[in-house]
Amino acid sequence: MSAPLIEMRGITKSFGAVKANEAVDLSVAPGEILGLLGENGAGKTTLMNVLFGAYAPDAGEILVEGRPVAIHNSADALAAGIGMVHQHFHLAPRLTVLENLLIGIPGKSGRVDRARGLARLDEISRQYGLSLDPNLPVSALSVGEQQRLEIIKALFRGARLLILDEPTAVLAPSEVDGLFAALRSMAAQGLGIIFISHKLNEVRALTHRCVVLRHGKVAGRVEHPASTTSAEMAKLMCGHEIVPPVKQSSTPGASVLTLDRISTSAHAGTPLRDVSLFVRAGEILGIAGVSGNGQRALADVISGMLPPKAGAMTIAGKAVAQFSPRELQTLGLGRIPEDRMTTGLVTNLPLADSMVLPRIGTEAFSRKGLLNPAAIRAFAEQQIKAYDIRCPGPMVRAGALSGGNLQKALLARELAFDPKVLIVSQPTRGLDIGAARFIHEKFLAMRAKGCGIIIIGEDLEELLMLSDRIAVMYEGRIAGTLPSADATVARLGLMMTGAEGHA
Amino acid sequence: MFRLEGRTSTPAWFNLALPLVAIAATLILCSGLIAIAGAGVVEAYGVMISASLGDSYAITETLVRAAPMIFTGLAVAIAFRAKFWNIGAEGQLLAGAVASCFVGAIPMPGYLAMLLMALVGAAAGALVALVPATLRVKFKVDDVVSSLLLNSVIYYALMALIEGPWKDTFSGYPISPPIEDSANFPVLIEGTRLHLGVVVALIAAPLCWFLIARTTLGFRIRVTGENPEAARYGGINVQRVLLSTALLSGALAGLAGVGEVGGVHFQVMSDISPGYGYSGIVVAMLARLNPLGVVPAAIFLAAVMTGAEAMSRATGVPAFLSDVIQGTALLAMLVALLFTAYRIRRVGAQT
Repeated sequence: MSAPLIEMRGITKSFGAVKANEAVDLSVAPGEILGLLGENGAGKTTLMNVLFGAYAPDAGEILVEGRPVAIHNSADALAAGIGMVHQHFHLAPRLTVLENLLIGIPGKSGRVDRARGLARLDEISRQYGLSLDPNLPVSALSVGEQQRLEIIKALFRGARLLILDEPTAVLAPSEVDGLFAALRSMAAQGLGIIFISHKLNEVRALTHRCVVLRHGKVAGRVEHPASTTSAEMAKLMCGHEIVPPVKQSSTPGASVLTLDRISTSAHAGTPLRDVSLFVRAGEILGIAGVSGNGQRALADVISGMLPPKAGAMTIAGKAVAQFSPRELQTLGLGRIPEDRMTTGLVTNLPLADSMVLPRIGTEAFSRKGLLNPAAIRAFAEQQIKAYDIRCPGPMVRAGALSGGNLQKALLARELAFDPKVLIVSQPTRGLDIGAARFIHEKFLAMRAKGCGIIIIGEDLEELLMLSDRIAVMYEGRIAGTLPSADATVARLGLMMTGAEGHA
Repeated sequence: MFRLEGRTSTPAWFNLALPLVAIAATLILCSGLIAIAGAGVVEAYGVMISASLGDSYAITETLVRAAPMIFTGLAVAIAFRAKFWNIGAEGQLLAGAVASCFVGAIPMPGYLAMLLMALVGAAAGALVALVPATLRVKFKVDDVVSSLLLNSVIYYALMALIEGPWKDTFSGYPISPPIEDSANFPVLIEGTRLHLGVVVALIAAPLCWFLIARTTLGFRIRVTGENPEAARYGGINVQRVLLSTALLSGALAGLAGVGEVGGVHFQVMSDISPGYGYSGIVVAMLARLNPLGVVPAAIFLAAVMTGAEAMSRATGVPAFLSDVIQGTALLAMLVALLFTAYRIRRVGAQT
């Protein structure tokens, strides 16, 4: 094997008393795809931020092709040939593909050099099979295409090492295949790639070698990911065995949530068109679909954020009149939003505040308009213990918690009051295996207690594992519903593209 | 080379240290201007301090000046907590002054007059604040712009009033008729101007703190301000919270005007407020939007104002320095606030 393209030696980075990275060694050879695995908070993102120049390491050095380099900011990183594709894209939506590529690139005598940009784009497209229409505005691109643009952007700036931070989290299954093909072609032509992911099957399918981080240190290295089992890798990540949850058979009861021909108006993404569905007590209904096919509107209608234009909804037999979040809560609906940070929690206020937010006006937490701080604190402390939420205490800023702990806090807040129906969107997106497993077990426990649960998700394997029935959304309609016994990833994938409909 | 790096937590002593550092930076920056004006920096600041805090009379004068800024500071602090950007405390103050002057001019028992002046003045301020809040809630009109522009509307309405129907027929000056003597707020210390309104302002601050920290309305205001989306998702009627906040904020600013009419001027004239409404923004920012911090912040600005006049007389430095200090203090505080989220880190020279 040739000399490493990039080598990180003994990288240590602390935040206060917390060692986010401790003596981490890592190298990527030209033509190599390296998997970087680890639970949330294991130090993957910190390590990549050190490599990309966002943080200065406390100790350790970075070598590019054997020469030590100092990387103070992203410009240094780019100059050293390191490009990063973040989870959240950094694109100007109103500019075109070409204009986005040319941002920050010096032109000729003060003018943007479009001709040279086009030529370079064409070259990259042909070399790696990454094509995009240069004149389309970014706002017209799908999420997958925006990601492709981010990759092209890094290559455009001369990256020889590409870091991808959980790139598949935002993609539909078919788009994942396209991404992998492009990454393999880039590696085949001598680029180095660092692929960060939680999804072990993807890491096994794509990478040549893996580094597993745990608590900021290298917990293990996997030399042949394809011939290593997911269970072995999961054990390296968590430090213990992961047992999949057991779904007991159950007989669903009466319907607890019914939607009857619900339609929404057009100004909230893809609108719903005549959506009818139901979920029964003790049943989990999965909603699958390529993102952007009306799932957002469905979640918003059910949780009271978007009153429908037409149609009716009942919860536990009672008709919903106002479609306000307050009314739905009162009727017995629990909700976990897709975006924990912006919709679920108030990141700048104490965790306890977010945990009591929906019920602040009830007897439990206030009387005659006066808060009961002792009760609020006691409730939060009790839930922190019950759900094993890792945090310094109920008064810590909610935003300081990791994604998995935030999700546990949201779950605790909704489940503490025994909802009859629970609607959740992307319940484990971005969570590590341990936290995801905890959430899954809670769902199954609620199902056993007779709660009806709707899970809107893009992770088909998760939906197949948890659901009793799976409905597929396509262009704002329910394209079909299958008992999960009859559903396979392949069949659902077909329905998601509108190719097959089922009653 | 230095650069900013994100912080994960902020030490508790920062809350106290930041405004003090901002004030120190302000005084250091402004000493340059004093030197340019040809006066001794130490002497000038010395006169400023002794004239505003040097003896008991000076202290009462500073408190009298601080009272309206405590009210406008509270008004702004509460509004900003909900992210209702009320830049209109000046107009709300003027509305409160005009309304209370109307009431105060009606003959009636003194205590009743004072109570009604406060109620009507607060209501007038609240109504004015309701305008930008309603425009924002109903039509998504930017509240910074609408509340700011409304200040001019109210100011010129006041001018029209005192140049027109209210104009003093004997002297011809553009001032309103005075309120009844019985409606004048009682003076608390003989020989000073320390009036009842100052005490009310000092009591209002802890009440506002209690409202924000210990009531469900305060909880809703905080949550709405920090994350309206999560507030709505959690079942809070965000629009109603914004309107309630506006009413509360406007009422507090209106009370600032009531105090000036009932306790200081006993009538309305064009310069009844030297920008107390705008100073309220500086006060609220220095206080980091904490109602308890509003009191010391307002006293600081009041001391600068009273001190600047004496300094100007003694050293010849223009009294406008007071405005410069206010403006610089706001900027210094905004810079200081950056350090709650970031810290400066030294990094090695670039290769």
